[in-house]
Amino acid sequence: MSSTTAAHHDEHHDHPTGIMRWLTTTNHKDIGTMYLTFSLIMFLVGGAMILAVRAELFQPGLQLMKPEFYNQLIGVHALVMIFAALMPAATGFANWMLPLQIGAPDMALPRLNNWGFWLLPPAAILLTLPFTLALFGIGDGAIATGWTFYTPLSIQGGIGVDFAIFSVHLLGVSSVLGSINVIVTILNMRAPGMTLMKMPMFAWGWLVTAFLLIATIPVLAGAVTMLLTDRHFGTHFFDAAGGGDPILFQHLFWFFGHPEVYIVLLPVWGFMPQILQTFSRKPMYGYKAQVVSLWAIGALALVVWAHHFFTVGMPVPALLYFMYSTMAISLPLAVLFFCWIATIWKGSLSFETPMLFATGWIVLFGIGGLTGLVLADVAADAQYHHSYFVVAHFHYTLFAGGMMGVMSGVYYWLPKMTGHMFSERLGKLHFWLTAISFNLTFIPQFFLGLAGMPRRIPDYALQFAEFNAISTVAAFVLGFSQLIFVYNIVSCARGGKKATDRVWEGAEGLEWTLPSPPPYHSFTEQPIVK
Amino acid sequence: MNSNEKRQQDNKKLGFKLLWIVGAALLFGFALVPLYNVLCTVTGLNGKTNATADVTSNKVDVSRWVTVEFTSNVMPGLGWNFYPEQPSVKVHPGQIETVNFVAKNNTNETVAGQAVPSVSPGLASPYFKKIECFCFKRQELKAGETKLMPLRFYVSTDLPNDVKAVTLSYAFYNAVKAAN
Repeated sequence: MSSTTAAHHDEHHDHPTGIMRWLTTTNHKDIGTMYLTFSLIMFLVGGAMILAVRAELFQPGLQLMKPEFYNQLIGVHALVMIFAALMPAATGFANWMLPLQIGAPDMALPRLNNWGFWLLPPAAILLTLPFTLALFGIGDGAIATGWTFYTPLSIQGGIGVDFAIFSVHLLGVSSVLGSINVIVTILNMRAPGMTLMKMPMFAWGWLVTAFLLIATIPVLAGAVTMLLTDRHFGTHFFDAAGGGDPILFQHLFWFFGHPEVYIVLLPVWGFMPQILQTFSRKPMYGYKAQVVSLWAIGALALVVWAHHFFTVGMPVPALLYFMYSTMAISLPLAVLFFCWIATIWKGSLSFETPMLFATGWIVLFGIGGLTGLVLADVAADAQYHHSYFVVAHFHYTLFAGGMMGVMSGVYYWLPKMTGHMFSERLGKLHFWLTAISFNLTFIPQFFLGLAGMPRRIPDYALQFAEFNAISTVAAFVLGFSQLIFVYNIVSCARGGKKATDRVWEGAEGLEWTLPSPPPYHSFTEQPIVK
Repeated sequence: MNSNEKRQQDNKKLGFKLLWIVGAALLFGFALVPLYNVLCTVTGLNGKTNATADVTSNKVDVSRWVTVEFTSNVMPGLGWNFYPEQPSVKVHPGQIETVNFVAKNNTNETVAGQAVPSVSPGLASPYFKKIECFCFKRQELKAGETKLMPLRFYVSTDLPNDVKAVTLSYAFYNAVKAAN
C-alpha cells in the first residue's frame, strides 16, 4: 500500500467558497459533513420535542399542553429522529468514510449525491412548518397520528398530514438516491485488489441497507400517496366507506417500517466491529459469519412486518408464521453478537471514548434485542402491545443500538475528519451521563408497560406517577448531556491537539493511511490492496 | 483519463439499472392493494365476506345450533340511528332466517348510506351466506324517515364444528361523502 497518493495542490482551487461551496459541492467529504451536521441539528430538535413530552408526563393530569399538541409532538419526534437524525447520520458516515475505506476518489455519482442531501432540509421544514403555521392560525398543527400515519385517523387529520406526506416523499427520494449511490460506489469503485470479501464490514452493512432502502422506500411512498389521494381525490384505498380497508395501510406501512429498523441499524452493525477490533488490538472475529448474518437479517426483515400489529385480528396461521419468522431473526443477530463479543475476547482492551460507547452499545442493544423477543411472542404481545414496554424496547434498539452507535462512530472518526483530537475527558463524561441517564429514563418505562400504561396518551393513572417522574428527570439529564457532545464536536472542529494519521493505536484500514484531516481530493490514484 | 470516463459510464449504467428495482418496488406497493383484497376474499381473512347464497342446495343440519350475533355502528358523518331488532338469533346450519335492522334518519335532509359488513371469527366468514341484504346497495332515507332493513341469510352446513357463535357487524357510512 505504498501508492496512497494524496493530491494537496488543488485545495481551494477549483471549488467556490462560502455558501456556494456547500450548495454546489459534489465532494464526498463536504456532503458527508453536511449530512452529519444536519443530523446533529435534527437530533437536538427531535430531542427538544420529546423533552416537552416528558415534561408533560412528569405528573399525572394535563399541565403544559393540550392533548392535540402532545400527539403532534410524539409523532414528529419519531419522524425527525428516524428520518432526519439517524438515517442522515448513517448516510453522512457513508459519504465520508466509504470512499476512504475502499480506496475510491469520491462517491460514484457525485451530483446525485448533492441532490440527495439538499432534499433533506426542505423535507425537515415541511415536516415542522405546520407547528409554525398553527401559531398564525393556519391549520391545526403538525401531523398528530404518531409516525405510523395509521388510517382512518390520518384520513381525518388536518393539513399536518399533507405536509408530512410530502415530507416523506422528499425524504424517500433522498434516501433512494443516496442508496443507489452507495451501491454503485461499493460495486464499481473499490481499489484494485479489494475483493468483496476483503471489504471493510461498514461497506457490507451499508450495501445491505441500501438494497433494503430501494426495495421498501418506494412501497412507503406508494402507501402515503394512496393516503393523499384518499384524503383529497376521492379514492378509497383505505376508506372502508368506499370499500377500502384501513388494515391494508398497516400492511403497506410496516412492509416498509420493519425493514426500516434494520436500515437504521445495519450501518452501525457495519462500523461497530471495526471500532471493537481497533480498541481490542486484534482482528475482527468471524468476518464471513458476520457478512452472511447481515444478509440473512436483511432478507428476513422483508417478511416479518405483521408482528407490528398482531392484535389487529389475524388468523392463527398468520400469527404463527409472523411470530416464528420474527424470532428467527434473533439467530443471525445472535451470531453477530457473539462475533462482537469474541472480537473483544482476550484482546488488549483500552477504553477511549469510542470504545466506551461501543461496549456500552453491546450491552444496551442486547437488552433491546431480548425485549424484542418478548414482544415477538403473540401471546405476550396481546398484553404488551401499545404499552410503554414497547416504547422502552424500541428506544433500547434505536437510541442505544442506533444513536449511541452513531456517537461511537463520531468519536472514532472525528479526529480523522477534523485533524484534531477531541477532549477525552468530556467524551467520557458524555458517555457516562448518557448511559446512566438513558437507563434511568427507560428502565422505569419497562415497568410502566408491564403495569399496563398505554403509550401515546398525555395523561395517566395515579399509580404510574413515581416511575414517570423518575423517567422525566432522567430524560432531562439525558437531553442536556448531549450538549457536551455538541460542545466537544464543535471545539474539536475548531482546534485542539493534532491528530496523527493513524489516530488510534490499533486502527486498521485504508482511511487511516491518509493524513488527518484527509486532503480535499484523496485517492486520485487508487491504492493497491494485497 | 479514458478509464475514468469509462468508469463514469459504468456507474451511470448501474445507477439506472438500480432505478428499475425502485420502479418495481413502487409497482409492488400498488399491486398489494388488489392482491390483498383477493387474498382476504379467498381466505375470508379480516371478516371480508362476499359470500352470497345459492339457495338450491339447502339441507338443514338440525343436529346443532349456531348463535348469530349482530352488532351495528354508525360512522361519523352519518346522522342516523341504526340497530338490529334483536341482538342475536339461534339457527341450525342451513336454515334460512330473516332479521330486521332499523335505520332512522335524524337529519332534515335526504341522506344515502352504505353498510359494510364484517364477520368474525374471520375463518367463519366464507360460511356466512347472505341471500338478501341491505348492504348489497346503498340505502336512501328521507328526512326523519325510519325504515326496516331486512337481512336474509343462512349459515352453511360446512361451517366447522367448533364454531358455535358467529358475529356479524355492520358499519354504516355516509355514501354521498364517500362517493365524492
